[in-house]
Amino acid sequence: MTAIPQTTLTSAKTGKRSGIVRQTSSVLFLLILVLVPLAATNFVTFQITMLLVYATAILALNILTGGSGQFSLGQSAFFAIGAYTCAVLVEHGGVNYLLTLPIAAAVCFVTGFLFGLPALRLSGVYLALATFALATAMPQLLKLGYFERWTGGVQGLVTSKPDAPLGLPISPDTWLYYLTLAFSLAIYAAATNLLSSRTGRAMMAIRDNEIAASAMGIDVALYKTLAFGISAAITGVAGALGAIAVQFVAPDGYTFQLSIALFLGMVVGGVGWLPGSIAGSAFIVFVPNVAESISKGLSGAVFGVLILLVIFVIPRGARQIAEYLQATIEGKRGSA
Amino acid sequence: MLRPPGNWTSDKPAFSASEARGEKPLLVVRNVGIEFGGIAALKNVSFNVPHGDIVGLIGPNGAGKTTLFNCLSRIYRPSRGDILLEDRSILQQPKHRIAAMGIGRTFQNVALFSTLSVRDNIRIGGHSITSGDAISDMIRLSRRRRTEERLDEVAREICEFLDLRPVEDLPVSSLPFGTQKRVELGRALAMRPKILLLDEPAGGLNHEEVFALGSLIVRIRDQLGITILLVEHHMGLVMSIADRVVALNFGEKLSEGTPAYVQSDENVVKAYLGSKAT
Ligand SMILES: Nc1ncnc2c1ncn2[C@@H]1O[C@H](COP(=O)(O)OP(=O)(O)O)[C@@H](O)[C@H]1O
Ligand SMILES: [Mg+2]
Repeated sequence: MTAIPQTTLTSAKTGKRSGIVRQTSSVLFLLILVLVPLAATNFVTFQITMLLVYATAILALNILTGGSGQFSLGQSAFFAIGAYTCAVLVEHGGVNYLLTLPIAAAVCFVTGFLFGLPALRLSGVYLALATFALATAMPQLLKLGYFERWTGGVQGLVTSKPDAPLGLPISPDTWLYYLTLAFSLAIYAAATNLLSSRTGRAMMAIRDNEIAASAMGIDVALYKTLAFGISAAITGVAGALGAIAVQFVAPDGYTFQLSIALFLGMVVGGVGWLPGSIAGSAFIVFVPNVAESISKGLSGAVFGVLILLVIFVIPRGARQIAEYLQATIEGKRGSA
Repeated sequence: MLRPPGNWTSDKPAFSASEARGEKPLLVVRNVGIEFGGIAALKNVSFNVPHGDIVGLIGPNGAGKTTLFNCLSRIYRPSRGDILLEDRSILQQPKHRIAAMGIGRTFQNVALFSTLSVRDNIRIGGHSITSGDAISDMIRLSRRRRTEERLDEVAREICEFLDLRPVEDLPVSSLPFGTQKRVELGRALAMRPKILLLDEPAGGLNHEEVFALGSLIVRIRDQLGITILLVEHHMGLVMSIADRVVALNFGEKLSEGTPAYVQSDENVVKAYLGSKAT
């Protein structure tokens, strides 16, 4: 693959000071995320909830592609399985919606792991095609008459909006936002831990050089399927959080176009750079609207042009901007 | 694991000191054969590597040296013969178990994890001597801490040993070729191998670097007690540090014995005159 992350010399050299810049911006960003519902309308709060949902799904793809070097255009399938696991359990099983989140993770982990096994024989574009096949098959599987009793067929399922627990004086939208934020942050922390540990390094070793990885005693098959499983599990949780926030699941909400959008979000955020997931998510959630406001009739074309702009001007995505900003700030400080 | 230096003066094939003491060899290559598209790359190759020796593996380009290394690290599976490490067949083991069994290696064309730092490359070298699982790693259980501490210690020691401390945090792709080769060596040492396979470690190095490499290899054997199988075109290096030499040509063993014996062996001389020797 070509879109491999590059550890830059500058970030490695400057050591402590770059740590301060990074920490300060992280804390600021976190503060904004926590305070946002206080200033926003319910609709905007809902939109930012969805932003977090897609950011989490992009993060999951980033672990798979950025981490282990495997392409996937099938993430929408895992997203759908997570969403349906949640909706079906709530509607037909009477399960508490919070409990459906770990269940969605488990179901998707198993699905992803099992899918990862045959995928071991494939790499590069062939793997992309195989996962694409999964994505195109999923909406039709969800429509199958055989499952209709549970899935609601083409109509899908509507669930009810959960209220804030313990009589907290916040609106349901605000509650769902904080719930999603808590899960997203926990997943983000877990993913960061993963990639900076023995398991994550084994995955990155496979991405960089499979033969050398195997000579270092890394079980290539195990870690490749594990990456698929973990990525699918996180995507599933994102799907379930999305289903809770939207209170509706239907097959056509999870077409391969969602997979493409997540892939685009990963590239725009910076492949292999986890913080970029939120920037990538913002791109796929808001930029189509921006494109539409520029030209109603040609919104698709405008969106396309914007994508091309990103590819040519900042090929390494949001990561490139972040590194540029960091270098600028440090440069100023250094000369002052 | 200190052993007497090889001071062979005889021109006859000799057995190593440890074999003379009746010890079993560390590595046994027995009648190994492998073909690619019907063409034999190795034919009936047999030799032993005794504990604590530096064994040189020489031969013209295409002789099958790298192919033999690839059989030893299970990248290829020989179609015939067997390979035993401490009496256990490595062919019965899954590929990823080879490192834990004690076989470490470097590659002819440096095969590092190029986007990762020097330290991470060496940490990955320590994969097989540590344990862990994805859950502990994600939620920072104590198992993760123990593993990371161990790997940090290994990386620090090895960077110290190989003078890599100043470049520890740099991505390996930013380093000069000679330094990259040292990182690859460090990565192989991190798995605490019993035997280290070095595939043309002097390739691309200048005269001084080759000299330093020679004494480094001897230090690895003497201080770390690691047995070494060395593929090298640089005859000066092989002849000065090897205890024994095995010569291959067209996939067959041509000669075996002390460096002096092999160097003067008529078959070897002919093979090298017939090809452009370095
Ligand atoms: N994967 C492979 N496919 C086909 N031929 C191979 C393969 N690996 C090695 N060979 C052949 O085996 C022979 C020995 O090659 P090699 O072991 O690389 O020689 P060297 O002694 O120079 O390291 C060569 O003829 C080479 O073409
Ligand atoms: Mg070779």
